[in-house]
Amino acid sequence: MHELSIAKSIIEIAEAKAREENFRCIQTIKVRVGEFTTVVREALEFAFEVARRETLAENARLEIESVPMVVRCVACGSVSDPVREVCLRCPHCGLPLEVVSGEELQVEYIEVESETGRV
Amino acid sequence: MDRLSVLTNILKANQEIATENRRLFEKEGTLVINLMSAPGAGKTSLLEATVRALGGHYRLAVFDGDFETDLDSQRIRALGTRSHRITNGSVCHLDARMVARALTEFPVEGLDLLVIENVGNLICPASYDLGESLRVVICCVAEGAEKPKKYAVMFHKADVVLLNKTDLATASGIDLRELEKNVREVNAKATVFAVSCKTGVGLDAWVAWLRDAIVSRRIAEVARC
Repeated sequence: MHELSIAKSIIEIAEAKAREENFRCIQTIKVRVGEFTTVVREALEFAFEVARRETLAENARLEIESVPMVVRCVACGSVSDPVREVCLRCPHCGLPLEVVSGEELQVEYIEVESETGRV
Repeated sequence: MDRLSVLTNILKANQEIATENRRLFEKEGTLVINLMSAPGAGKTSLLEATVRALGGHYRLAVFDGDFETDLDSQRIRALGTRSHRITNGSVCHLDARMVARALTEFPVEGLDLLVIENVGNLICPASYDLGESLRVVICCVAEGAEKPKKYAVMFHKADVVLLNKTDLATASGIDLRELEKNVREVNAKATVFAVSCKTGVGLDAWVAWLRDAIVSRRIAEVARC
């Protein structure tokens, strides 16, 4: 259940950005979570509900974009989706596959209340 | 409503501390292993066997991430090796900050090898860089041949995979070749050893490899000075 640590980190990053821009009320936090990470969406949503209390994100909505895992063969360049088989070897030439996407853990943007929310 | 672009890695804070830890370890010429496995796969047994085999030739220490008891630390200290228990309540993984805090209480100055025994868990520790030189993952053969695929992120990020308790392979109905093939399919680069801490089979190869890694690290540090 490291999603609680992840949720706390998300809120810290969002709060730092809001403070930097003199906002005190975060409405949305948009994150990108790769499929090839160990973060589970439902667990993160639950952890976020707990972690946001008494922060600038107290009423914020967490928007999670799941980034699909895509792999590419460094030798023959073929691109595939390995999730079902979890085989990171190229089906054509047998060489190791490079993970092109799916390892993302990123706070992409936050939405803040303008007018009334500004300090 | 205003939208503010952030584009920040969620694990940035951990990564920054891990980088500091790594810088310190490199300065000291200390090889640091982040040892991970499921509970009961044999992390402490492997450590005991490794400490015995390296026997007195190297300066070693262990950071123990077993939060509930002092049992693992006791086993390591019984072999005359310094051990420091990282106690921070019941969490599911170690992070770089915990290691940094431990380093203030337990300096690694002059150490050849520091092993950080992570919490028994194949999921959460995978995401957290501690500043280690090597990620070593132990898989007990009795856990099943599909284990590397079920926990692909953990095995994909390993530098070394130790297939432990090979003495149980036949009794568990496990084909070692299939297990190794599954490791290779998620991680073609890892160095794989099949060992048994009970019978001692395969430990020589692992210890020889580790000895080379310790010496290489020391040479790199001398060359840097």
